[in-house]
Amino acid sequence: MDTLASLADGFAVALTFQNLLLALVGCFLGTIIGALPGLGPSNGVAILIPLAFTLGLPATPALILLTSVYYGAMYGGRISSILLNIPGDEPALMTTLDGYPMARAGQAGEALAISGLASFVGAFFATWGLVFLAPQLVKVALLFGPAEYFALFVLAFATLGGIASRNQAKAAFAAALGLGISTIGVDGQTGVPRFSFGEVHLYDGIDFLVAIVGLFALSEVFIFLEHRAGGSGSDRSMKVGRIVPPWKMVRATLPAMGRSTILGFIAGVLPGAGASLGSFISYTFEKRLSDRNGTFGKGDPRGVAAPEAGNNAAAGGALVPMLALGVPGSGTTAVLLAMLLALNITPGPLLFQQNPDVVWGLIAALFIGNLMLLAMNLPLVSLFVRVLLVPTRYLMPAVAMISFVGIYGISGSTFDLVVMVAFGVIGWVLRKLDVPLVPIILGVLLGDQMEKNLRRAMTIHNGDWTMLFDSWLAIALWSFAIIGFVLPLIVGRYLRPKLADEPIAEGADPD
Amino acid sequence: MSDRIFGVFGLLLAAFYLWQASVIELSFISDPFGPRAFPYMIGVVLAIASAVVLWKPDTEPEWPAFPRLFEIGVAAAVMIAYAMFLKDYGFVACTTVAAAYLSWRLGARPVSAMVAGVAIAVGIYVIFHLVLGLSLARGPWGF
Repeated sequence: MDTLASLADGFAVALTFQNLLLALVGCFLGTIIGALPGLGPSNGVAILIPLAFTLGLPATPALILLTSVYYGAMYGGRISSILLNIPGDEPALMTTLDGYPMARAGQAGEALAISGLASFVGAFFATWGLVFLAPQLVKVALLFGPAEYFALFVLAFATLGGIASRNQAKAAFAAALGLGISTIGVDGQTGVPRFSFGEVHLYDGIDFLVAIVGLFALSEVFIFLEHRAGGSGSDRSMKVGRIVPPWKMVRATLPAMGRSTILGFIAGVLPGAGASLGSFISYTFEKRLSDRNGTFGKGDPRGVAAPEAGNNAAAGGALVPMLALGVPGSGTTAVLLAMLLALNITPGPLLFQQNPDVVWGLIAALFIGNLMLLAMNLPLVSLFVRVLLVPTRYLMPAVAMISFVGIYGISGSTFDLVVMVAFGVIGWVLRKLDVPLVPIILGVLLGDQMEKNLRRAMTIHNGDWTMLFDSWLAIALWSFAIIGFVLPLIVGRYLRPKLADEPIAEGADPD
Repeated sequence: MSDRIFGVFGLLLAAFYLWQASVIELSFISDPFGPRAFPYMIGVVLAIASAVVLWKPDTEPEWPAFPRLFEIGVAAAVMIAYAMFLKDYGFVACTTVAAAYLSWRLGARPVSAMVAGVAIAVGIYVIFHLVLGLSLARGPWGF
């Protein structure tokens, strides 16, 4: 019961006034960010990272703030899905299928309540999953040498490209682009400048926060400029009605929540899958299993409960590989990883040994945050509904300006701001071309570690290539990487989520 | 067609990257792998991926008509100008102009866009600078 003792220590860390306040602020901001169409978990967290960083928060409070935003955004995404039929973020896409019909049938309040409850169930049990699974994964990870780590990074890119994207070649391109960007700057091992073209600003490399905020947040502004989205549905009536669901409805949806939590959690733990896939799998499975009268898609409460439990469980699940291995399972966890790296903390098995207060404090804060979110999202949901009335023509300029403030706050360099605008434009073009952005971020983030481990392995073995495949663990990781990349090419046409083919996907925020 | 252009561009990028990797100067201290090997691997992946995109393009994306492209170009130019002028004219003035411009182009009427610009600039200044103590660019007027 080491785990429970550690968790108790974590509560001692989390239950300080400052951390509770940060969790509350994070949950509140997160719900708003999730609810607003055009702002999702990854770009919301991306904008806030530089701020948390420049405010000089230590690691644990900063992480608590941002993961609360992450969890909050997962809760908030459903609000506009249900009321406006516009997903607040990509994982909430499936919630529109039954949520909006329920709202049109005058059951908006019930739909919000059921989905809020489902979000809680998913997130709460996924956090328990995190408590028990992460330490187990850490035990495995302790056996990893440099060669295994290199294979693990390859695995992360392969599954990300194979499972989560429609076009593997474009995912591979994105990963290589990100890795290429990460090689800019002075080589850490030999001290020679690479790809810096004599530009002094480039000697330090490109800050991944600049890349992330540009690719995620600014490209969103360009997407809105392109479509010039007007007001966000302020013309529609948004009567919420009663927000206490009838007990009968809760009982009817409980099994769906349970099943979806498990499925979502598994989807989240898999590298590269993330919350969108979690909600998609949960909804599809639930529909196959319990749609006997053809009520799914016409306002079935179970069709609201399943995807919401699924995406929140996946959000918790995605934290497992991020914390235990340092390899994020989704876009937003990649962004969280960026913050840890910015704070000079390398996640992975050593984090559990050297900074147990960070890990367990975070996990305890997630439990507390969940309770706060439940309280915010059931009785106070009408407060967030009002936020939806902010038109994008005022919201998006604010988002752009806050992005600039955050990046400027870190470095005080106008060069970084120009690079960020360039990333924003590149991000927009790549989105139009359907090139996924998450592998780019992952490449920029992990490139340095990946190269370091590769070269360390080579140094140990005097440059013998074959030593990369020398242990069973490494061979297993390589095999999974190849299977994860190649198998979807063959069977993917049948299994690949259809959600990615919706037109919304272009402007969508990767979870 | 877009994907073909993209593929060609990707190949050129890969070629440029590989060429730049080959001219990385080697230091007298070196590990067995050296600073060039990893970039070579990346460049090869980049080239293969671009070739596959070129060979099997996806369906054509919906490019916006020229006025919209121009709109995005001008917005990017405004943002770059914002970055350039930030240190000369200070945070509040620059942000007011940039936010008002974006808000106007996103469909607000000129007067409300101006109001939004001022509100966003002052709001951010108050919250992030006065309350949270973040350092923002200081202009000739002290803000």
